[in-house]
Amino acid sequence: MWPIIRNRLIMLVFVVFGVSFITFLMSNVIPGDPARMIVGPRGDQATYQRIREQLGLNDPLYVQYVDYMKGIFTGDLGTSIRTQQPVLDDLITYFPATLELVIYAFLFAIFFGVMIGVITAVKNNTKWDYIGRFFSITGVSLPVFLSGLIFIIIFYGKLGWFPGSGRIDLFMELPPRITGLYTVDSLLVGNFEAFKNSLWHLIMPSIILGYVQLSTIVRQVRSSMLDVLNQEYIRTAKANGLSEWFLIIRYALRNALIPVITVVGVSFGMLLGGAVVTEMIFNWPGMGKYVVESIGFLDFPAIMGFTLLISVGYVIINLIVDLLYIVLDPRVRE
Amino acid sequence: MNTQTETQPQTLTTTQTLSKQKILWYRFKQNPLTLVGTGILLMFIVLAIFAPLLTPYDPEMVNMSERFEPPSSAHWFGTDEVGRDILTRILYGARLSLGIGITVVVIAGLIGSVIGAIAGYLGKAFGQFIMRMMDIMLAFPPLVLAMALTAALGPSLINAMLAIVIVKIPVYVRLARSEALVVREQLFVKAAETFGLSKVWIIARHIVPNVISPIIVQVTIDLGEAILLIATLGFLGLGAQPPMPEWGAMISTGWEFFLDQWWYPTFPGIAIFLATLSFNLLGDGLRDLLDPKSTR
Repeated sequence: MWPIIRNRLIMLVFVVFGVSFITFLMSNVIPGDPARMIVGPRGDQATYQRIREQLGLNDPLYVQYVDYMKGIFTGDLGTSIRTQQPVLDDLITYFPATLELVIYAFLFAIFFGVMIGVITAVKNNTKWDYIGRFFSITGVSLPVFLSGLIFIIIFYGKLGWFPGSGRIDLFMELPPRITGLYTVDSLLVGNFEAFKNSLWHLIMPSIILGYVQLSTIVRQVRSSMLDVLNQEYIRTAKANGLSEWFLIIRYALRNALIPVITVVGVSFGMLLGGAVVTEMIFNWPGMGKYVVESIGFLDFPAIMGFTLLISVGYVIINLIVDLLYIVLDPRVRE
Repeated sequence: MNTQTETQPQTLTTTQTLSKQKILWYRFKQNPLTLVGTGILLMFIVLAIFAPLLTPYDPEMVNMSERFEPPSSAHWFGTDEVGRDILTRILYGARLSLGIGITVVVIAGLIGSVIGAIAGYLGKAFGQFIMRMMDIMLAFPPLVLAMALTAALGPSLINAMLAIVIVKIPVYVRLARSEALVVREQLFVKAAETFGLSKVWIIARHIVPNVISPIIVQVTIDLGEAILLIATLGFLGLGAQPPMPEWGAMISTGWEFFLDQWWYPTFPGIAIFLATLSFNLLGDGLRDLLDPKSTR
């Protein structure tokens, strides 16, 4: 167990350096000039030079990089060119919105992924198998911008069942910021109206986002279920007359879920980075929307901060997955 | 007697290889989803190749007198805001999407396999270094990396392609390396080493060709994703630029007209969906075929 943790932590340091180095390089080889962006095309030369000096753009490249790395370890990710706020503050503001969306999308994907995975495995090579797999593969085949827009047209435009944008209605009183997750905060203070309202806003985008990850989970659940269903102890239990679904849930699924944890971890990481388009379509005030707007502005401190956060998050999630694996599967503990 | 002993082993081997192929083909046919995927894919390939013969219209020629015509016998899928036939644009768009998708994934696959083969064959510190680099690249969110790259280099189709190639390489490096680790222990590689052949020669002649088959499956799986990425970048205005008949870009402009001209974004949307679906169904089937677990 300890070697795994040690290796992952070394990996984490590597990733922080690597990702920051690559994004840093990218932000410097590009033709765009952030100082020019701030001053505007008609800004005078003196202001332009002053801003270049302020941003440290006149220093040699390695000095700029060392400065940036110093900042990372003291919690300073630079100042966003677009919002003129510290990038870290911006990310802290927008992170909970993305996290909440990703958590709900994730729950959707796991719930339906495991369910469809089990059904397709038990009903292997029947029409239910094919329907289930077709349904899940559709999720990776629909571009998010398309499925999102279709959902908005149908469920918001035509039927009016769900709100089409944002995290909560404008007239709604915002719950106090405790965790930043509206559904959690509103429950903590007992504001059920806000809870219901924010949950309602979450449904469409989280289904759209979660649907993309569905097929990965279905595939893994199905394959490991097929594996387990062919084991001796399942046959023995069957011969002892246990009912089929009891057996599937109680005996088979438990063991089949262990290898699923790995894909699930990867999915979570993918969701964090993949929320970008969903957030744009649903006008969701999260990090994804923030970074898209920053990209349009060539706001590299913001892009670098976002990428760094996501990449580090990805490595940490993988570490958690490895540890969970050890806890759940005694065989790998040695 | 003599002839019999000579022919016997020959027939044996032929029936063996035949039956193996037959089994694979049988299992391939068995899954209706794979067949559907293959069918749709073949249809797209045919449509893409014969696009100029299938339609009398030009995909980029503006014809203001025929703007926003609903689907009719003259324009099966209607026309867009400057009177271009949408079916024609979808057909030419198939050339673009399939062509770019295949180019991008094949280039990423080739570069990735070569790097992976080198990393796997040379092993040691150099291999470790390359793998750590790839780990770093894998930790990047792919869409964000692609978006940042295209935004930085300037939005264009070529830059979008470059971005997707870069994003896709690490997966192939990993795959090729793990294969190369197995191949380098095999006798023919050891033999080549004893002959004193150069490392470059061994990698090019022995390692790369032997790691290529799992790469091909991965290429099929990635094609769907690559087409989606191109469409997404196009939709965001970071990929193909107008007036190119790119599906994602068509939806992006068509969407504003959806309420009155429903056909404009709808048909390109269906095209993206079907093209991606066909690759995903095929990739799913191929994985099943090669997964020893699913033989039962």
